[in-house]
This record gives sequence, structure tokens and C-alpha cells, in this order.
Amino acid sequence: MSATPTADAPARLARFDGTERAVHWVTAVLVLALIATGTVMYVGALSGLVGHRGTVRTIHFWCGIAVPIPLVLGLLAPRRGRSLRADARVLERFDADDRAWLRRRPNAGPGKFNAGQKVNAALLLGSGLVLFGTGLMLRTATSFPVPIRTGATFVHDWFALGLTLLVLGHLALALRDPGALAGMARGTVRPEWAARHHPRWTATAETPATGAPRRPAPGAADPPR
Amino acid sequence: MSDVADSPDRPDRSDRSGRPVGRRVVLGLLGLGAVGVATGSAVQGWFDDHLGSAVRASGLGSVVPIDRWRYYTVTGSFPDPPRSGFRLRVSGLVDQPLDLTLDELEGLPTVQLTRDFQCVTGWRVPDVHWTGVRLRDLLDRAGVRTEGTALRFTSFDGDYTESLTLEQGLRDDVLVAHRMGNEPISREHGGPVRLVVAPMYGYKSVKWLDGVEVTERVRPGYWEVRGYDVDAWVGRSNGRTDPAT
Repeated sequence: MSATPTADAPARLARFDGTERAVHWVTAVLVLALIATGTVMYVGALSGLVGHRGTVRTIHFWCGIAVPIPLVLGLLAPRRGRSLRADARVLERFDADDRAWLRRRPNAGPGKFNAGQKVNAALLLGSGLVLFGTGLMLRTATSFPVPIRTGATFVHDWFALGLTLLVLGHLALALRDPGALAGMARGTVRPEWAARHHPRWTATAETPATGAPRRPAPGAADPPR
Repeated sequence: MSDVADSPDRPDRSDRSGRPVGRRVVLGLLGLGAVGVATGSAVQGWFDDHLGSAVRASGLGSVVPIDRWRYYTVTGSFPDPPRSGFRLRVSGLVDQPLDLTLDELEGLPTVQLTRDFQCVTGWRVPDVHWTGVRLRDLLDRAGVRTEGTALRFTSFDGDYTESLTLEQGLRDDVLVAHRMGNEPISREHGGPVRLVVAPMYGYKSVKWLDGVEVTERVRPGYWEVRGYDVDAWVGRSNGRTDPAT
């Protein structure tokens, strides 16, 4: 998977390791299955086209139960989860440059994640947790009083709509950027792409070969702050 | 893959600098969700009262979560009546089995009924107007024998069944409906003919009705063998307390 550095093709930079990608893709498949089955149950015309409400509901439920598992396992993995945990810490914090980036003001450029990706991650996690909780409430509906159950349905509907839009936006942006796609598909990115989109990360990024010396990509000197 | 032995959890520079906005966003959403669960019922009501008609008019009704019909079918799609044409059969413990075409059914004396439609999953559509034949009138025509104490309903979707006690089936507010809102019942709504058991949850109101069988005892229907109550009175069953319809 790793490209051999040659004179005319500089070494690709390691962006996401196996754990990060596995967590991403397993979660992606489950989320898409949830969106598909949820949409089928929700949109009347589709309910009619697909039918089999009992089966669709069962698939939706078990995908929902499964969806947090990859992330939790990845975060808990002692050695293999290191990069993922580092990602989580980076995603959580917004510094002055992130705020400037969001407002399109002059800034030092994004680190490993830009502010939009940080916002996306936080919104996904938050709405995912809300959907998980309300989903469980709907499943065990009879143990709650009716107004609470109606409330849970209400929240589940609106958050699902929001999360679907979020995922569609994420997909649209990813599909427009082959460099970013390669990062999540192959795990590595071209140094030029990294320097353009994640300059503050590029300086610390490494080539994928284990033990390779840390070397800045061409043209990725620390930007002035 | 990029596990480099000498780099324990190496952060990039934005780590630990800056504010934990991500955490605040997550906690904020959790709070919003909790508030939504607590107040959603009231908010939903407000939406329905103030925005429902606008949303329905905009054509977004199937996407935006405003109170509305949700169409359930337990088979592969909304079924079509059999090629040979629609028939409604009344059979079982009766003196004179009936086998009615749609025309014959529509020719029988009709009654009208306007009631809220309440689904056991929570949604409710106010003031649905039905036109149809009282189930009691059909049963009277067929003549229920003394050993018949229950009713079993079938759907031409091939799978769905429902049940009532005979006493429940003889109520004034149980119709074999063929019109909804002064129009023929659409396929999604269970046309051409559906049962309407107004005082019970929606799953009792069999769509795509094609058979009424008088039986010796209640045989639980499709959802009832899957955990829903056989006596499905709105507000007094399935652990729910909705206002009666």
C-alpha cells in the first residue's frame, strides 16, 4: 500500500492508519444502512415500494446497536488505537486559527483536521448519541409515558433528518476531493495535497514505512503565524 | 501502519491548545435532545397546529416530521387487488356466506364516521372522515350462528390478519369503509376497502380487506402474535394513555 519514494514521486504521507480507516468504514456502512432503512420506514412512498416493515425495522435496530462498537473498540485498543485517540483530541479543540478559518479570515491553515471537519465530527457524535438514546427509548416504548415517547419520536425524527443532511454534505465534499478520499481509502496522501489542505499537519506527518525518518514534505515549511 | 515506536500519541499542534468546542457541541446536542424528549410532544402539537397545513401544501409533508399518515405494509409493497377483481367475502360460522363485489358493497346502506386515527406508534391524524357499511349490517345479512363469538379479518396482501370479538365487531363505530375524505380509499390507505375500528389503535383497522370470517374464538392477528394487545382500545392498551378517539 505504501508508495516507494523515488526522485520524481515524493513519498506519500501517512494520514490514517488501519484502525482509523477500519473504524471509519465500518461506521460508514452501518450509518448508510441506518439512513437507508430509516428512510424506507419514514417516507411513505418508499415504505410502500419496499414493504417488509418488520424486517426493515429489525435491520435498522441491529445496525443502531452495532454503530458505536467500532469507535469504542478503536478508542479502547491499547496500541492500535493511539492515532484514533490523538484524532479525538485534535478534533475536540478549536484554536484561534480554527475560528479564523471558519470565518475565512487570515490564518495559519488547518492542522490534521480543518475546523469544518471538527464541527462535523462534533455534530455527528452528538446527534449520533441522541439518536442512539432515543432509538433505544422507542424500542422499549411501553416503559415510558406517552408524552415522553412522542418526544423521543420527535427528537429521533429531527435528529435523523439533520444527521442525514450532515452525512450527505460530508459525502459531497469528500467526492469533490480525490486527495481527501485517498487519505481515507489508502491511508496515505500526496505531500502537495497535504501542504495545501493541512499545512500545520504536514510538517509533523510521516511516510508510512515503520521507523521512517520524520521529514517535512517539500514546500511545507512552517507557515508564518 | 504508521505506528512509529518512538511517537506515543503524538499530537499535532492544535492539541491541548484552544477551547474544547467539540465537547461543548456534543454536550449541547445531548442537552437539546433531552429537552426535545421532554417537550417534543408539546412542540409537535404546536407545529401541527401552526405549520402543518403550510407544510402539507408545500409538498414536503413526506419529508418534514409534521404529524401525518405513515403508511405501513407488512408485505413487499402496497398490494393490488387480485386480477380477477376485488371481492369481499363474509364466511365461517354464518348461515349465508357473502361474496360481494365492490359495486355490491357500495350499494349497501352507508354510514359516515369522523374520528381521529391513532397509531400505536404514536402518530395521530385528526378528524378522518370515513364512509362505509357497518360491519354489523354485513354480519346481519350473513346471519351469525350461535357458536360464532369472534371475527377474523384477512387482507389480500396475503399476510395481514386481525381479530375482534363478535361483541366488538357489532359496535356502531366499526365500519367496512370504501371512502375516505369523500373519495375512494387510495391504495396506500388500504383501498378499495378497509376495516375501520374507530375506538382502537390503527393496526386493528385492516387495510386491503378481503375477508371476514366468523370464528369460535379469537385468533390473534399479525401484530398481536408479535406482542401487541388483542384488545386494542385507544388509551387503554399497549401501555399507552392516548386520549380516546
